[in-house]
Amino acid sequence: MKQSAKGTGIWSVLAVPIMLWTAVPLLWMLSLSLKSADMLADPDASLLGNFWPKDPTLENYELIFSGGASELFMPALRNSLIVCLLATLISVVLAMFCAYAISRLEFKGKKMILVTALAVSFFPVVAMVTPLFEIWSRTGLFDTIPGLVIPYLALTLPLSIWTMSAFFQQIPWEMEQAAQVDGASSWQAFRKVIIPLAAPGVFTTAIITFFIAWNDFVFAISLTSDRARTVPAALAFFTGASQFEQPTGAIMAASVVVTIPVVILVLLFQRRIVAGLTSGAVKG
Amino acid sequence: MSATPPTTQAAKGAKSPLSDRSRSEQRLGWKLAMPAFIVMVLVTGYPILQAVWNSFFAYRLTDPDNRRFVGLNNYLVSFTDQVFWSAMWMTVLVTIITVVVELVLGFIIALVMHRIVLPRRTLRTLVLIPYSIITVVSGFTWLYAFSTGTGFVNQWIQWMPGIDANYNWFGGFWSSLFVISLSEIWKTTPFMSLLLLAGLAQVDTSMEEAAKVDGASWLQVLIKVILPSMKAAVMVALLFRTLDAFRIFDNIFIMTGGANDTSSLSMLIYRQTIDRTEIGLGSALSVILFLCVLVIAAVFVKAFKVDLAEGRG
Repeated sequence: MKQSAKGTGIWSVLAVPIMLWTAVPLLWMLSLSLKSADMLADPDASLLGNFWPKDPTLENYELIFSGGASELFMPALRNSLIVCLLATLISVVLAMFCAYAISRLEFKGKKMILVTALAVSFFPVVAMVTPLFEIWSRTGLFDTIPGLVIPYLALTLPLSIWTMSAFFQQIPWEMEQAAQVDGASSWQAFRKVIIPLAAPGVFTTAIITFFIAWNDFVFAISLTSDRARTVPAALAFFTGASQFEQPTGAIMAASVVVTIPVVILVLLFQRRIVAGLTSGAVKG
Repeated sequence: MSATPPTTQAAKGAKSPLSDRSRSEQRLGWKLAMPAFIVMVLVTGYPILQAVWNSFFAYRLTDPDNRRFVGLNNYLVSFTDQVFWSAMWMTVLVTIITVVVELVLGFIIALVMHRIVLPRRTLRTLVLIPYSIITVVSGFTWLYAFSTGTGFVNQWIQWMPGIDANYNWFGGFWSSLFVISLSEIWKTTPFMSLLLLAGLAQVDTSMEEAAKVDGASWLQVLIKVILPSMKAAVMVALLFRTLDAFRIFDNIFIMTGGANDTSSLSMLIYRQTIDRTEIGLGSALSVILFLCVLVIAAVFVKAFKVDLAEGRG
């Protein structure tokens, strides 16, 4: 007993550097977003050796929401939301049917579908860029919303299928039949019993799928030019007032803005996200 | 199931409605799985076939009519180009560095998350955040942290006696590689630790206890009991991360843009295709990258006996 208590103490102490290692870059991101251009390179204007601004300002946030950088950031934010939500919706619906079939029904080719999904997830996305760029240029899909949604399906479907199959396998499907025996219709049984059981898995898959699409950079910079440009690509092509000035503060303010929703999702659903990420990859 | 032959007439008679059911189940299964399957095959299969085809032609997007069959020339050009080998070196180096560090760091973090009692939820949440944020964002954050003048890293180094505080981290290959790897490690170690944590959860605690009772030290328990039973989880995590690291792009694009020979294979493909519109050369490089990834996956599956389908149980 004594020994395990001592062990716990050591592990808790070890947690401190891990938390610092995670948190310092996040705080740094926030700190930069609160610095004006003059403060950036001036250690005297900051605390802790250039780390935290003595006199925080919100001017970078004004810049991206209503100022000079808003024309670049706001459409990109809108594009990101539309593209990622569409890709998530389509991917999750397709994966849901597929995962239902895999975890519930016996049919030949089940294993082949899982292996295909695995092979697709191993696929180097950049290898798709050259042919897609060429095809999209010829068909007019270049720099359009569907032109991004389609490749995002390839990014997200494999993980959606694996994750959801793992979740669905844990559902006791016999309960559906039991409900039917008790007098419920098939649809009632499905709606009252299966949907509530499956919903958490579907929801978790949707969050992870959204993260993957939200994070994409390769397709975003290769298959768009300005109309369909998403946030990651827009950040990379942010330019300052003059070409010699790096718009550091504006980039970091935009970064904070797109990171906050992610942090909130993680805070709310951390247990489910962990379950989703690990169930698809390690165990069923 | 259906492999068992029916032994009696009664069983034979009973089998027919069953196989009817299984046949309709077959059809339903395929119908439901088909859309996802078709999308996956079309969206990845078609481009890779197109890339293989295009790789045999000298061809620029800006001049599509001037398309010549050149056989394997694009591959020859790539293999004799010093830039290709430097990109290959960078890719291999960054893959080995990040995967090894992430494995060690990820395992330590997984152990702490596994053992810790008190701030468990906080720790788990915090660890998940870097994994969830955009790579471009973490790339910029680390880029600015190490930038001369703007960054805090040089300022913090200055606190140590006798060290030049204005080190130009992006001035050379090795220091650029260091910062790129750091950003990559910060971002993806959480994924590694979560997979390893899942592996740790599967370790039989009774065996751990038994070993402790027998007087095994903590390190002995780790090496003799914990690690062997985590082998599957470690291998799957390694495979996923190796393939992922081999495709490194975002961090390099943001931090150095490929300066000082830091271009990876993916960066090189992007440069050839999008910047120079050399579709033929870009396609050949894509096929090479694709083959490299296939080889890595095959090595893991064969040599380390990673059974991915089994791993899911």
